[in-house]
Amino acid sequence: MKYILMMNTMRVGHGVPAWPKKDLQAHIAFMMNLNKDLRESGELVSAEGLSFPDQAKLVRAGKDAAPVTDGVFPESKEFLAGFWIVDVETAERAYAIAAKVSGAPGPGGVPLNMPIEVRPVMSAPPQEML
Amino acid sequence: MTKPWDMTSEHLLRELAPQVLGAVARRFRDFSSAEDAVQEAMIAAFTQWPQEGIPDNPRGWLIQVASRRMTDQVRSEIARRHRETAVASEVETMAPTVDVESDMDPDDTLILLFMCCHPALTSSSAIALTLRAVGGLTTAEIANAFLVPEATMAQRISRAKQSIKTSGLSFRLPSPKERAERLPAVLHVLYLIFNEGYASSVGAHLQRLDLAQEAIRLTRSAKRLLPDDGEVAGLLALMLLTDARRAARTGPDEELIPLTSQDRTLWDRAEISEGIELLTATLSKGTVGLYQLQAAIAAVHDEAARAEDTDWPQILALYELLRRVSPSPMVTLNHAIAAAMVHGPAKGLELLRALDTDSRLAEHYRLDAVRGHLLEMLGDYESAVRHYRVAAGRTTSIPERNYLMTQAARLDEGTPKADDHARS
Repeated sequence: MKYILMMNTMRVGHGVPAWPKKDLQAHIAFMMNLNKDLRESGELVSAEGLSFPDQAKLVRAGKDAAPVTDGVFPESKEFLAGFWIVDVETAERAYAIAAKVSGAPGPGGVPLNMPIEVRPVMSAPPQEML
Repeated sequence: MTKPWDMTSEHLLRELAPQVLGAVARRFRDFSSAEDAVQEAMIAAFTQWPQEGIPDNPRGWLIQVASRRMTDQVRSEIARRHRETAVASEVETMAPTVDVESDMDPDDTLILLFMCCHPALTSSSAIALTLRAVGGLTTAEIANAFLVPEATMAQRISRAKQSIKTSGLSFRLPSPKERAERLPAVLHVLYLIFNEGYASSVGAHLQRLDLAQEAIRLTRSAKRLLPDDGEVAGLLALMLLTDARRAARTGPDEELIPLTSQDRTLWDRAEISEGIELLTATLSKGTVGLYQLQAAIAAVHDEAARAEDTDWPQILALYELLRRVSPSPMVTLNHAIAAAMVHGPAKGLELLRALDTDSRLAEHYRLDAVRGHLLEMLGDYESAVRHYRVAAGRTTSIPERNYLMTQAARLDEGTPKADDHARS
């Protein structure tokens, strides 16, 4: 069963957060290790990090379906920083991975405890219908 | 002195894989490395044979190539240890000479099947390992079939082999008693492979490896090796009788077409007669199990020329038997449907109530989907719409969600089901 784990982080000002080098390195190493572990356990389908929201655009269809772009609104407090798609035996296993992601170290090595949204990917084989 | 590569060659190559693996694993007494070596030999064959033709002795060729890999590996391992501890040259004793015609054992495929479907493995790793070691498929093909990266699938297979190593399984045929105990796990893995393939075999996925066909092929070999087992025959019959309906089960836009509305002229007659023949032969032999009963139910459906000709009383009787042989909430659910077809929807709904307190099915979309259908039969459209929508929200399959949402929308707009032959 495939699940997507969406990592939402709080938006603090503009650009990248300014963390001490040591904490930044610990955070990066944590994420690299996590991906390595998921690859080795045979569960990783994909993992992607996303740009910071400064580069995000909201797009809508305008007249003649031409794209109309707009900046991302500053009032949005949380943003999607990245996601994982994992293929696991049980939902509990997906939650356990999400909890691990959530506890990634932040400034001072303190766990960030970010909210991770976990949702099944619609990948189940369809059964015979009535 | 070679034969040209043609349509049947790929099949031949895959059939050889477990035999080659058996020979190499027994000779080197290392299943895990032998399995890797055979995979490399298979890939070499897939690259070379289509261009250079099939060697005179394809099996010998594969054993040679795989054994050479094994020997190279043993040599480099010894060289490494030699550097570290100055071990004397063990190479000659550890790398036996290659004699391609000896140690062929027809039971190898069976040994491998029991090994790869060992209960110590999770079902996803058992499936992957079975397809590679017994099915002769490449890691890339298996990864593609399950839509995961090749590296992930490779890891899953290597971890599965690690579990086998840890559990201390030796490369031998389990005793008859052990075989009887473990056969259900083997059949379950084959059934899961089939189900994954059959259910996903719609439009966009057509270019993927046909897992349903692979499952049928593997079950055919199991049947050859265990000719007297009723459940192996039953499973093969079930696969054939289900696969026969494949072309009719989806429409032009990949929408699901329920059994009652399928164009039955699209059903595969050859598969149906083979399935029925197998089933008839096995049912006359005595004890009846889970797969034989499911195959018998599939056969009753397949034998009806029109949906309204379906012999529901017989299906109901078979579900009653199935409830005794192998009780599960899914069987109860299907039993309720059959009861509704025979005694009317109220009876079906009454039977479904028993499942409300079953935690295994509590949040399962199937319960709501069936309830929606039976309420529709009863004429309670409002409740039916509600249950269809709950079911649509709970399924994790897009074609099912589309189907259930469409059912709800149709009823909401007051259009009765054009093809509902259910009201009996």
